[in-house]
Amino acid sequence: MSGEPGGRHPAFMPLIFVGGLIFGFGLGFSHMARPEVVLEFLQFTDFGLLFVMFGAAIVTGLAFAIVPRLRDRAPLTGDTYGRRLKSFDKNVLIGGSIFGVGWGLSGICPGAAYASLGIGNLTILWALAGMFVGAYLQGVWRSQQASAASVANAD
Amino acid sequence: MITESTIPLLTAELFPNGISRYAVGGLLVGLGAVVIYVGTGIAAGASTFLESTLSYVSDQSRFQRYRSSRDWRIVFTLGIIMGAMVYALTFQSGVVSSSLYQPGSTGDVFELGGFTFWLTDVQPWRLFLGGILVGIGTRIGKGCTSGHGVCGVGSASKTSIVGVMTFLAVAIGTAQIVMALGVSP
Repeated sequence: MSGEPGGRHPAFMPLIFVGGLIFGFGLGFSHMARPEVVLEFLQFTDFGLLFVMFGAAIVTGLAFAIVPRLRDRAPLTGDTYGRRLKSFDKNVLIGGSIFGVGWGLSGICPGAAYASLGIGNLTILWALAGMFVGAYLQGVWRSQQASAASVANAD
Repeated sequence: MITESTIPLLTAELFPNGISRYAVGGLLVGLGAVVIYVGTGIAAGASTFLESTLSYVSDQSRFQRYRSSRDWRIVFTLGIIMGAMVYALTFQSGVVSSSLYQPGSTGDVFELGGFTFWLTDVQPWRLFLGGILVGIGTRIGKGCTSGHGVCGVGSASKTSIVGVMTFLAVAIGTAQIVMALGVSP
């Protein structure tokens, strides 16, 4: 179409941006972008964060159930509507546990960390730097595992 | 025995900051994910951005698999940052107020150009070390609070429900231990 890379619909990127805007505004408004508030929840002094997580999941749950019945394909990509289903294996438990230790220690998760930057919290760059270091370490390790496995299969 | 007069007391104890800011914020987080879903069919999570962005600087196969989505994931993340900034310039700065919005007392605030910005008091070593574990764990565990927690649970995915129960339980245990050890903030 209009010279967009990969032939994407011209409204694709603007829509992603608008979705991110609403998502980030919600994280700011709910105070989930503040590590202190997440820690208060995990330490059982303010249970309000339950409403953020379940409130959001109810909205997506309704959309994921209703939208596929109304339309077959998404207008900007032509892709069929599906749900977010990932296969279960032990990595879900191992990774979830490592993430849990990190979340409980810092009070911050990826989306909330991006939003935290937007509310002025420059100190959160420590957490963002850590997240990139962690993602890099596991990526290098798993890339090596994968190439070792493919070499073993070739033999 | 629970009487009518103890219910508000109990609510005030469990929810000292009320529930409206949390509920409204949560609905908006869900709405942001739904806007993207309706337009594109994508059920987005926030943590893939970490690996997809690393594909710009590293040739590791683990990162290169996210090449095709790395550009829009940057736009999504910029949107999250800007959306939170819109909140900071309005409600956080007191320019806009609502009975649904309860300001907080955590952390530090600073003024810049007439607007109020916020800084955490949580110590940098906790943020950095915790961040490393979040970066490792979310990517090995196939998702984070948004991917598993919002889109996965919204999809009634058993994998995501187990994932959320795992990281929530471990996070609660960790935060309780850290508090018991006297680490604050």
